[in-house]
Amino acid sequence: MAYEVNGATIEHDEEGYITTLSEWSKELADIIAAAESVDMGEEHWAVVNFLRDYYEEYQIAPAVRVLIKSIKKSMGPEVGNNKYMYELFPYGPAKQACKIAGLPKPTGCV
Amino acid sequence: MSETIKKFLYVNRKAPYGTIYAQESLEVVLIGAAFDQDVSLAFLDDGVFQLTKGQNTKEIGLKNFSATYRALGDYEVTKLYVEKESLEERGLTLDDLQNIEYEDEDDDYAEKPSIRLVTRAEMADVMADQDVVLSF
Repeated sequence: MAYEVNGATIEHDEEGYITTLSEWSKELADIIAAAESVDMGEEHWAVVNFLRDYYEEYQIAPAVRVLIKSIKKSMGPEVGNNKYMYELFPYGPAKQACKIAGLPKPTGCV
Repeated sequence: MSETIKKFLYVNRKAPYGTIYAQESLEVVLIGAAFDQDVSLAFLDDGVFQLTKGQNTKEIGLKNFSATYRALGDYEVTKLYVEKESLEERGLTLDDLQNIEYEDEDDDYAEKPSIRLVTRAEMADVMADQDVVLSF
């Protein structure tokens, strides 16, 4: 199973998470988002960028609770709350946003 | 969520990369942190190497997960007990370990150190004080 980006083939697992993290690009993010029926706006990107920075620094994708707490701190309570985050990513802010961000499924998601 | 909060201690005794124990322990801690229990970690024997600075796993083809210990504060895991004698027996000091901090929500998010240096005798007291002790 694979995504097609500008003629390149990028492998993903049965749930849609890409297998080689370094193959991620913004174009790919848009393609994964489209497959998930997520229309990427500024706030979606803020979450995706936050996840990528977090992974870069700590080598893990944060659990949803940690994600929301951190977004609340960096972007304020209007964005960093459960309800709004689920509006942005209906299938779970950590799970779905991590997929779009090209990261592994968050630790603790079973 | 259960009303009863139990004290969990994860005991780490092995070097980080020779076996899978260290990484698995960390994974269990991160998953377990979702259950709002009182979680502490202990590092003794070769386990103290898990927290050392400047780890480089390039040549062994394994993921360097040492940065993840610095995320523990985000998961409200803020007590990392390190045994003094184990450090000394390996020629290490606190300066050889990563700087791991947490933000204290009750103190205007002040950054405080998570690593607590304890003697072997104090470590025994830490262990005796737990409801559940898990060894890795």
